[in-house]
Amino acid sequence: MIKLRNINKSYRTEAISLHVLKGIDLDIRQGEYVSIMGVSGSGKSTLLNILGILDTYDTGEYRLNGTLIKDLSEKQAAHYRNELIGFVFQSFNLINFKNALENVALPLYYKDIGRKKRNAMAMEALDKMGLKDWAHHLPSELSGGQKQRVAIARAMISNPKVILADEPTGALDSKTTVEMMGVLTDLNRQGITMIIVTHESSVASVTNRVIHLRDGIIEKDEPFVQEQKI
Amino acid sequence: MDTLQEILDTLKRNKLRTTLTGLSVSWGIFILIVLLGAGNGLQNGVTENFNERATNRIGLWSGTTSMPYKGLKSRRNLRFMEKQLTAIADEIPESRKISPRSGVTQIISFGQEYGSYNITGVTPDFVDLELPVIKPGDGRFINQLDEKEANKVIVLDQKIVDVLFKNKSAVGEYVKVGQLMFKVVGVNSKKTRWGTPRGYIPFTTSQLIFNTDKKFNQIIFSVDGLDTKAANEKFDENVRQVMSRSLIFDPKDKEALWVNNSQQDYLQTMSIFGSINIFVTIIGLLTLIAGIVGVSNIMLVSVKERTREIGIRKAIGATPAAILKNIVVEAIIITAIFGYIGMLAGIGLTEGVNMIMEQSAAATVNSDEVQMSIFKNPTVNIGIVFFSTTILVVSGVIAGYMPARKAVKVKPIEAMRNE
Repeated sequence: MIKLRNINKSYRTEAISLHVLKGIDLDIRQGEYVSIMGVSGSGKSTLLNILGILDTYDTGEYRLNGTLIKDLSEKQAAHYRNELIGFVFQSFNLINFKNALENVALPLYYKDIGRKKRNAMAMEALDKMGLKDWAHHLPSELSGGQKQRVAIARAMISNPKVILADEPTGALDSKTTVEMMGVLTDLNRQGITMIIVTHESSVASVTNRVIHLRDGIIEKDEPFVQEQKI
Repeated sequence: MDTLQEILDTLKRNKLRTTLTGLSVSWGIFILIVLLGAGNGLQNGVTENFNERATNRIGLWSGTTSMPYKGLKSRRNLRFMEKQLTAIADEIPESRKISPRSGVTQIISFGQEYGSYNITGVTPDFVDLELPVIKPGDGRFINQLDEKEANKVIVLDQKIVDVLFKNKSAVGEYVKVGQLMFKVVGVNSKKTRWGTPRGYIPFTTSQLIFNTDKKFNQIIFSVDGLDTKAANEKFDENVRQVMSRSLIFDPKDKEALWVNNSQQDYLQTMSIFGSINIFVTIIGLLTLIAGIVGVSNIMLVSVKERTREIGIRKAIGATPAAILKNIVVEAIIITAIFGYIGMLAGIGLTEGVNMIMEQSAAATVNSDEVQMSIFKNPTVNIGIVFFSTTILVVSGVIAGYMPARKAVKVKPIEAMRNE
C-alpha cells in the first residue's frame, strides 16, 4: 500500500538547511494498524505530511497504492488526496460556519457528487458515528469527542484506502481518547489502513505496529504484542 | 448550480463579512452617482440660465458723460439716434442682428380695462436677440412689413393680456395705446426675471408716434466669432471707439456708454464651469479609487481570514482551481449585487431630487417670474454609472483573486495551523 524508499527532506531557510528526514525506508501493507511515535522535532509530522501528499520530499521514492507520488501538480495531488486518503487532525479542522452534515459532505462536493446524494451519504456516515441527531449542529455546539467523530466521518465519506491521523486524541480527555481509539480500531477492522501519529504510548499500544522516529531516521519498528493492548 | 449553492451558503453563513464588503461597494457607487449628479445639476442649471437670451448678445446703454471731451462739457446726457445703428452695422464687423429699444410709458386700454405699460420700439431682429416666446395660436412677432410700413401693430406680454383681456383671446383685437388704436398681432409668453410688462411695436412706428425727437437709449445686437476673452476685450474696446466717434465722448469715459457683453459673461461662466467639471471629475475619480481601495482591503482581509478554511478544503481534496473559482465567483456576486443596489440608490436619489425640482418648477409655471436656478436635472449619464460599477466589480474581483491565489499555494498543514 505504502512504500517509502530512502526519503530525504530538508527545510531550507536563507542561512540554515535543516535535514529533517534522513533516508526513510518504510513499507505499510493494506489493512495495517500503525502508529508513528517520536519526540517533537523527530520528523514525524513531516513524514505524515509527505504520506498525505500535503508536502513534497527532496529525494527518494514514495509509492501510494502503486502510484509514484512525485512532482505531482496541485490538481493531481488534490485528486489522490480526495480518492485515497482521509485525514483526522488534532484540532479537528472542521469548517466552523458549516454544520456537521455539511462538513462531512464537503469532500464529495469536490468529487462533483450532487447535493442530495452528498447529504444522504453524509447522514449515513454520521449515523455510523452515532451523531445522527447532531447533524444540523455547528461545530461550536459539539463536544471535542463529537467534533472528532464528525472529522472521522468526513475522512471516511470518500472511502479512502488510508486514514492519516495526526495526534487524533491530543485535544481529548482520557475517557474520550479510549472511545476514539475504539472507533479507529473498528475502521481498521473494516480493512482501512490506519496510520496514527502520536506521542501517547497508550494510544500507540492499541495499534499493531509502532514505528519510532528519532532525528529523522527510523530508530525502532516493532510489532505490538496483543496482550499489551488496553 | 451546485457551485452557486455552495457559494450562497458561504455568503449566508458569513453575513457580517458579506455585508461589510457589499456596503463598501454600494457606498462607493452611491457617492459617485450623487456627486456626478450634483455636478451635472450645477452645469444644467447654469446653462439653463443662458437660454433666456442669445448668448452672443451685446447691450449698449447711453449714459451721462463724466469727462469733458473735444470742447464739450461734462454731465451731458447722451442718447442714441439712428446713425448709431448705422455705425454699428458699418463699423463693427462682428455685428449681425441689430435692434434698438426705444421705450415710453403709455396707457394701454381695452374696453373698460386699462393699465400703464412700457411701449418698446424694436426691429424684427429682436426675435433673435431677446428670444421672445410666441406660443402656437398666439400670433406672431413684429415682422419686416410692419417695420417698413410703420404699422400700428403691437405684441403684448402675457401679463398685459391677463389684465386687459382676462381669459379672452387678444390676437386680432384692437387696443388703445395713448390716443391711437393698435392691432394686437401676438402675445409674448416668455417669463422675465426682471422688468415690467411691455408692449412691443415696430421701431419705425415708435419713432413716428412716441419718439418724436428720434432718440432712444438702448441698442442690442448680436455678434459672431468672439470666442476668447481677449477677442471680447478687444471687441469691447472697438465698440467704445466707434461709439465715441459717433456720439462724441471720451472713449475712456465709462459712464457715457454702458456695454453689457453677454458673450463674455457666457465665456466666463463656461470657463468657471469647465473648472467645476474638472473638479467634480477628479473628486469622482478619487471616490472611485477610495471605493476600489475599500473593496480590495476587505477582500484581502476576508481571504486572509479564510486561510484555515482554504487549508481544510485542500486537505480534503479540493483543487486550487476549485477553491479559486469559488472565491472569485463569490467576489463577483457580492460586488455585482451590492454595486447594483448602490447604483439603484444613487439613481433613485438623483432622479427623486430631479422629480421634486421639476414638480416645483411646474408649480411656478403660472406664477409671474422664473426662479433663478443654478441647479437643474441632477442626473447622471447611465453609461458612466455602468462603467464605474463595472470598474468596482472588476477591482473587487481582482482584489479577491490576488490574495486567494497566494492562499491556495500555502501548504494545507501551514494553513490549518493559522488559527
